[in-house]
Amino acid sequence: MPLVLNEEQLMLKDSARDFLNSRAPVGHLRSLRDSNNMEGFSRELWFEIAEMGWPAMLVPQQYGGLEYGYTGMGIVLEECGRTLTPGPLLCTALMGAAAIVKAGSDEQCENILPGIAGGERLLALACDESPRHAPHKVDTSAEIDGRSYRINGRKVNVADGHFADTFLVSAKTLGGVSLFLVPSDAGGVTVESYRVLDTHFAANVSFDQVQVTDQHLLGPLNGGIKILDYILDVARAGASAELLGIAQEVFERTIQYLKERKQFGVPIGSFQALQHRAAHLFSEIEMCKSLLIKVMQTLDEKADGDAELVSLTKSKLGETAHLATTEAVQMHGGIGMTDEFDIGFFLKRCRILENLYGDHYYHLDRFARQRNY
Amino acid sequence: MTDTDSFRQEARDWLEANCPESMRHPYRNEADACWGGRNFEFQSEDQKNWLERMAAKGWTVPTWPVRYGGGGLDGAQAKILREELFRINARPPLESFGISMLGPPLMKFGSGELKQQHLPLIARGEIRWAQGYSEPNAGSDLASLQMRADDMGDHFIVNGSKIWTSYGDQSDWMFCLVRTDFAAKKHEGISFVMFDMATEGVSTRPIKLISGKSPFTETLLENVRVEKDQVIGNINDGWTIAKYLLTHEREMIGGSGASRSGSLAVSKVAADALGTDDGILSDTVLRADIARFEMDERCLALTMERARDEVKAGVSLGATASMFKYYGTELNKRRYELLMSISGSNALAWEGVTNQDTALAKSWLRSKANSIEGGTSEIQLNIVAKHLLGLPG
Repeated sequence: MPLVLNEEQLMLKDSARDFLNSRAPVGHLRSLRDSNNMEGFSRELWFEIAEMGWPAMLVPQQYGGLEYGYTGMGIVLEECGRTLTPGPLLCTALMGAAAIVKAGSDEQCENILPGIAGGERLLALACDESPRHAPHKVDTSAEIDGRSYRINGRKVNVADGHFADTFLVSAKTLGGVSLFLVPSDAGGVTVESYRVLDTHFAANVSFDQVQVTDQHLLGPLNGGIKILDYILDVARAGASAELLGIAQEVFERTIQYLKERKQFGVPIGSFQALQHRAAHLFSEIEMCKSLLIKVMQTLDEKADGDAELVSLTKSKLGETAHLATTEAVQMHGGIGMTDEFDIGFFLKRCRILENLYGDHYYHLDRFARQRNY
Repeated sequence: MTDTDSFRQEARDWLEANCPESMRHPYRNEADACWGGRNFEFQSEDQKNWLERMAAKGWTVPTWPVRYGGGGLDGAQAKILREELFRINARPPLESFGISMLGPPLMKFGSGELKQQHLPLIARGEIRWAQGYSEPNAGSDLASLQMRADDMGDHFIVNGSKIWTSYGDQSDWMFCLVRTDFAAKKHEGISFVMFDMATEGVSTRPIKLISGKSPFTETLLENVRVEKDQVIGNINDGWTIAKYLLTHEREMIGGSGASRSGSLAVSKVAADALGTDDGILSDTVLRADIARFEMDERCLALTMERARDEVKAGVSLGATASMFKYYGTELNKRRYELLMSISGSNALAWEGVTNQDTALAKSWLRSKANSIEGGTSEIQLNIVAKHLLGLPG
């Protein structure tokens, strides 16, 4: 498939950009922070987004969805990266939907997918147990007890965990690891939410003798790792799309600043020391654009995705967006350090997304493992 | 069966019948490359046959028009042919600056007579071309070149010297930038001329490099007669053609950073040399650098693919050749740095040892020229900054 967007996808990109620029620019995030909004996103805005069909993109038509695919979802996530628009798009509409479509029973699909498509359901993945991403290290356990399971353990850094109605939880079962769909209001579930540095929220979630049945099992018993890897890869690709939006937006803002800001009587963009750094960054961002379109097309085409390509994408996007945001602050000089100016919001959001589901070190290692070295 | 399927089958059958077995392996060393020209000594009958058969088919230049010795293929067919050549690991039948550098501007700016005179000889590998661009005092600032062409009516008399002429001592003809107007601004007094290097007054002097090899010469012109009908485009309008050619040259050099057919993955070389523990390369710090390199290598390959797709879709950003040249050559230097590190002291042997590869050190040294020739990395970054980012100055 050619590595270019088709007409329809380009229209989606334009309309997403127009909508976000008018309804949820960076100032929207700032006002949520300044008004001390404890959800970190606007439900009103989310329902507007749902009316446009974004959370329905991955949901099959039989469950009220649009079945539009990953490439389309990547486009809107990239645009959300440009405006830093907060909301459940990544965790629910992308990852949650992909998880249920991939591994859900008919009943689970019927119960959950229409709610995702409509914007009512909110999901979060509770998989990590330590500060550095290590999804295969699972101490949380699900002890079997007749037809039910008792879950015990603690998950950390659960993105969207503070408002999710359902957690996707990885837990040890006798013969391996299994995934469970645990309602957040189930007895024994404790959610401690906290604000993270980009003004979003995350949560640590404890499970104390939480009782669920095999109806809550997502996918086969003991078959959780394979599904988890797939879900994570989808989420990593989505986080990469947001990172690409961030990288492009801060880069464009920085180039504009280099043309306007004068020192020594000339625009600072005429200095070769800055030109070369900008040109290098441009090249890296071009590499990232190719990765993103390729990874989304691959998710659309291949049922199991492509772990090597996903890790390459997440690693490269993490590093490049990091470079773009740190260079943006440096090239803006003092004003880039002020809260009044928006650049700092990009630096912070980038740091969160870089870390989410594996930073560039994690994915460098995983890439090499996928290539057998 | 669709048209593309039938073309694929036709190409596959033809290659099966016509590509000699010994031409279905990557180059072992530089001597395996076939450059053609008046004085080329073929290494084998197979090498000669492979060139002649491909040339007769028009497939040394698959997309050139048939009347100029090409195959007349469209983009899709050319891609299929590349894939089929790749599939059997076929060597290029011909390496040629005539094809990669002179061909595109000659096709675009040359008169019908000039095209008919030169293109078929290039396609058949009968004339080997050299590039006369840089001068001792005109490197990165190429447009300041001083080689002098005095107008004698129907011809020019040319004096001056060129430097960094690739294989100047083995080439037959030269395409060359000369100054035809000394009063005009530096970009506006340049003409693009071609001449036979056997003409009286042309001499070459090899330049020995840090690799110990002499792939370049200095080329001296002393009262050399150049016919006026050998000017491409208008007199004093040579800079336009020069830039157009440089774009193609940069694409060619930049492409060398993308992973190549036949060459082993760097990680594979490392695993063979250093071994693995539990599937992890034994030197874990080196492993990280190798992974970074291989990631960027894939990035470049995908971005080149995307650029081709964008051209087809008519949404090309344009002017990306400088970016590819910069990225590709820096990447290729990293490849050789890693290969040197993987081999440790084995890579340091120069001569006089047996059972040891002494070619790597030379290739490593050669790779240092990648980010200098065809415009330095710094020049490429200047071009990106000014023409793609619109930065001032």
